[in-house]
Formats: sequence, structure tokens, C-alpha cells
Amino acid sequence: MKTNSTESAAPKTSPCCKDVSRRRFLERLSIGLASLCGAVLAIPGIGFVLSPLFRKTPEEWRPVGKVTDFEIGKTVNVTLTDPSPLPWSGVTAKTAAWLRRVSETEFIAFAINCSHLGCPVRWLPDANLFMCPCHGGVYYSDGRVAAGPPPRPLTRYAVRLIDGEVQLLTQPVPITTRKV
Amino acid sequence: MFRKFKSIWNWFDDRTGLSELIGPPMKHLVPRDAKWWYVFGSATMLAFIVQVVTGVVLAFSYIPSSSQAYETLQFITNQATFGRFLRGLHYYGASAMVLMVGLHMAQVFLFGSYKFPREMNWVTGVLLLGFTLLMGFTGQLLRWDQTAVWSVVVAAEQAGRIPFVGDAFARFVLGGQTVGGATLSRFFAIHVFLVPACLFGFIGLHLLLVMRHGISEPPKVNDPVDPKTYRKKYHELLEKKGCPFWPDAAWRDVVFGAAMLMALVLLAYFVGPPVLGKPPDPSIIQADPRPDWYLLWYFAVLALMPPWLEDHFMILGPMLAGAIMIALPFFFGKGERSPRQRPWAIAGVLMVVLTIGTFWYVGAKSNWSPNFNARPLTPEIVGATTGPVATGARLFHDKGCLNCHLIDGHGGRRGPNLSAIGNKLRHDDIVIRIVNGGNNMPAYGNNLKPEELDALVAFLESRKK
Repeated sequence: MKTNSTESAAPKTSPCCKDVSRRRFLERLSIGLASLCGAVLAIPGIGFVLSPLFRKTPEEWRPVGKVTDFEIGKTVNVTLTDPSPLPWSGVTAKTAAWLRRVSETEFIAFAINCSHLGCPVRWLPDANLFMCPCHGGVYYSDGRVAAGPPPRPLTRYAVRLIDGEVQLLTQPVPITTRKV
Repeated sequence: MFRKFKSIWNWFDDRTGLSELIGPPMKHLVPRDAKWWYVFGSATMLAFIVQVVTGVVLAFSYIPSSSQAYETLQFITNQATFGRFLRGLHYYGASAMVLMVGLHMAQVFLFGSYKFPREMNWVTGVLLLGFTLLMGFTGQLLRWDQTAVWSVVVAAEQAGRIPFVGDAFARFVLGGQTVGGATLSRFFAIHVFLVPACLFGFIGLHLLLVMRHGISEPPKVNDPVDPKTYRKKYHELLEKKGCPFWPDAAWRDVVFGAAMLMALVLLAYFVGPPVLGKPPDPSIIQADPRPDWYLLWYFAVLALMPPWLEDHFMILGPMLAGAIMIALPFFFGKGERSPRQRPWAIAGVLMVVLTIGTFWYVGAKSNWSPNFNARPLTPEIVGATTGPVATGARLFHDKGCLNCHLIDGHGGRRGPNLSAIGNKLRHDDIVIRIVNGGNNMPAYGNNLKPEELDALVAFLESRKK
């Protein structure tokens, strides 16, 4: 009986095994092709979304006024535009900086972003302090932290004087990263 | 006519199988005593439907471009038919969704409904809470006024605190190195496509799980969940005391949902949408960015946190809170469900409500922010019009002291109230505090002439009660 059943099962086993192997091949083929389809969609999609991380924005010197426009000892707000704004940026292409004329030839420029969480700091001319409206960060006129939660001084812009013109080197929004 | 209509419906139903699809879920048995406590989940879903409907309609006019979004919002609010109402409904719908998802989670937690076998119901619910808050935050940014622009910068700064990859995350949030043309459109895509797709998917999964495990019965004292026997007991309960969801239980969801919708409609019509702030021009520095109410408490947490904890908490805090919530049913997945037997559960909910409520209250007051609108003190308050006290009072305003300190109810609240400082500190102590600063106060030593310092001290010494 045993032999018979084995014998009778034998011819069935062979196509079954072939079948399994064929099935496994088709399964792998389908999974492989589906993965390929997924990758074809995902790779350019992810690349497109993440591209701003790898796009290097050019730095450019932007004029903010004539040297004679600025009084020695005064800190004023100046506006500058991004080096390569997208055509539909509108007013968001603009940014501001605090410019201080220290002497005849020396200027210091600070980013307006508080080093705590990036809010725009305001200059209080009589108090000689920068104050942040968000969480109360305070900075001295040279950008050092005077009080509040900011972990580091105000970021500075590079400044140069060319042909009687004050120019600031554009820079990214300063991000306070964690020191590891 | 009716017969004709019925015949068409029968044909349609036969070919689509609609009744077979919807009928069983609608008629599934639910515990008879699952009453008004159970309406918050469906109310959350109704609020989501309100958001989808109003959001789709608003998208007919909204242009997700950094240069035009603000103008289109002004058009929607001031000119488009029903525009103001729909913007209001979208805003209050978002608020309702946050509120209802919170109430739903509190009820599920207190009733122990997250325990076996509904662990994954809870996990998907936690994820839905996260997506809801993300929708709230990205929605505020789409308002694309000055507050929105600075909120993006704040979000980028927070992302920047993530160890190792913080800068990359921050650039991802900004869509580049600065706020600009690429910033708004990516938040639009996240708010309108990405997160709603996740919400649809997880709401579907959440509902499937509700169908699979049934609506939990109200907990009873001394009736602990035993994974070995719970399912059998639950099905016996349904057979004995169950009633069909539609209409026996669903009518409460409909009544509560309708009442909620009416409240939203009234708010949208009479109160209207949040006012648009100044244009999204990052060079306008007179900004005072604040998140919408549902994230105001977190804004307060960031302001009041000790600086040494900030880097860790800013990113790890929300992640830890999410992880604890997700882990909850895996550590406390069986045993007592009744809140009467789980005092710690009640204490936990109370603690969360009180903590968020307290931070929300202080966030609304924002006492840590300098008062930039502080006006000079009047002669009545100063008590002098000439002499060192009057000069000191003027300097107290001009030097920014009044931005942070309160004098007889005028000024800021960031620093101590100095209305009676003359009773508390001696002359020399006042001089030391002003010159050296400290305790969150700038040092004014290099900022005051000797005669100015004398006048300021004279004014402060005169502040007595």
C-alpha cells in the first residue's frame, strides 16, 4: 500500500516541485519588478524633495547704502535680497540685517535672527541692546548674549566697503545646531 | 416614480455591492451602555471631514506661491463669496479636531480601552494625534503672513537642534538656505497631500480595527482584562446586551456632531477667521510670532525651560512623549480598566491637562517677552517732574528697563516687579544690580554715565509702598 501510494504520488510530485520552483521564480520576478517600479518613482521623487539640502546657494555681496548714509556709533536696520531668489519668491526674497558703524572705516553687521529660535531681534538705541520678542533673549551692542535663553551671540555678516558703498555678504539663515 | 427609483437603486446596489459593504459595519453590535462618552471619536472624524471639505474649497482660490499666497488669502477673506466664513470654518474645524482628538484619547485612556486586544487601535490613534498636530502647524504656516514666515524659521531652528543631522533638517524645513520661493510650496504639499494621505490611511486602519475588535464596553470595577478570556466574554456580552450601531448608538454621534458643527458655524460666522498679520516680508522686523492656541503651551515650554535642558528637550521631548504613549498598551495591556481602580490613570490625565493648561495660560500672557510698547511713566506714577527722580524715571524707560520691569502696573513682566524695590534693596545693592546685571538681566555698567546711574538709583530708591 505504502509503495503504491509513493508510486502513485511520484508522478504528481514532479510537476508539483516544478510548479513550486516556477511559482517561486514568478514570485521573485514580481517582487523584483514591483521594487524596481517603486525605486523608479521613489528615487527621483525623494531626490527632488531633498534637493534643497544639497543645493549650494551662491554667496554674493549686496550693497546696503553709501558709507556716508551711516552715522558713527549708530546701529540701523538694512535690507538686502537673496543672492538667487526664485522668480516667485516675492517679498520673501528680502531679508534684513543690523548694521553698526563703529568708526570711519569699520562696520559690523548682525543677522536679525535670535540665536535661540531665530525670531527677529529689535535694536533699542537708547538702551544699546538687542531684544528678542519671542522668548526674551537680550544681546549687547556687539552681539554678545546679555540675558535670556540665546545659546550664542548674534551671527555676523561679512562687511566690505567698495567705492564708498557698504556691502554685506549674503548668508543662510543662521541655524543654531546642537554641539555634540 | 418611487418604484422606478427603487428599481434603479436595486440595480446599482446589485452591481456595486454597496449595501453589502456598508450594511454590516453600520449594523455591527455594540455594547448597549456605550453612550455619550463614546462620541468624541466620531466628532474628531466629523471635524476632519469639515477640514477636507473647507480645505478643498479654499484650494480653489489659494495660490501656494510665496509671492501670491498672502494676496489670495486677502481675496478669500475680503472678497470671495463665503470666503471669510469658509476660512473661519477651516480654522475652527482645526481647533475642534485637536480638541476632540484630545478628549477622545483621554476617554479611551481613562476607560482602559487601549488594553488587550485594542493595543493597535491606541497606537494608530497616537499617530493620528501626531498627524493632527502636524496639520495644525503646517496650516498656520499656509496663512503666510509675517507670523507664518517667522514660525517657519522657528521650526527650522528647532529642527537644527537634532544631533548630527540638525542642519540638514533645518534646510529641509526652509526648502533651502533661507525663507524664500521654495518654502511655502513644500508646506502646502505636506499640508494638502502628504499628511492628509496619512490621515486617510490611518483613519481607515483605525476604523478597521474598531470593527475588528468592537467598541469597548464601559469598564466595571473588579472586571480586569484577561487576554485568555476577554474576547469570549466580550462576544457573550454583545450577544446578550448588544445593539446595532445604526441607529441605536449612532444617533448620539450624530446629535453631538451636529451640535459641534453648529458651534463651528456660529464661530466662523460671528467671530471669523484669524486676522492676517503683516505681509510675509522677512525684512520687517516688528514681528511678534506666536503659534495658534493648540501649540501655544509648547511655545511657553520653550521659553521657560532651563537652557541646559533645551537642546535635549526641544526634539527629544516630543519624541519621548510619543514613544511613551505608543508603549503604553504594551506595558499596561491587561488588568483593571475601571478608572476607579486606576487612580494613577486619573492623576496622569489630570497632570497632563493641568500642565498643558498652565503652560497655555502663561504662553497666552508671555510674560517673558519684553514689552516693546511700554510708554514713559506719568508724573503721577513717578511722583516728581524735575530732579534726579524724574530723570531716573525717564532713563528707566529710555534704557529699556521698563520693557522688562513693572512699576505700578506699567511696563513689562519679564523681570521682577520694582514697584516697591526701595523697601527691599539698599542703595549699594541697587547700584551693583544695575552695573553688573545678572540673573537674566544685562549689565548696564558700560551703558550709563555716572550721573545717569545716580538718577536711576534715585528713582528706584523712591519706589516704596
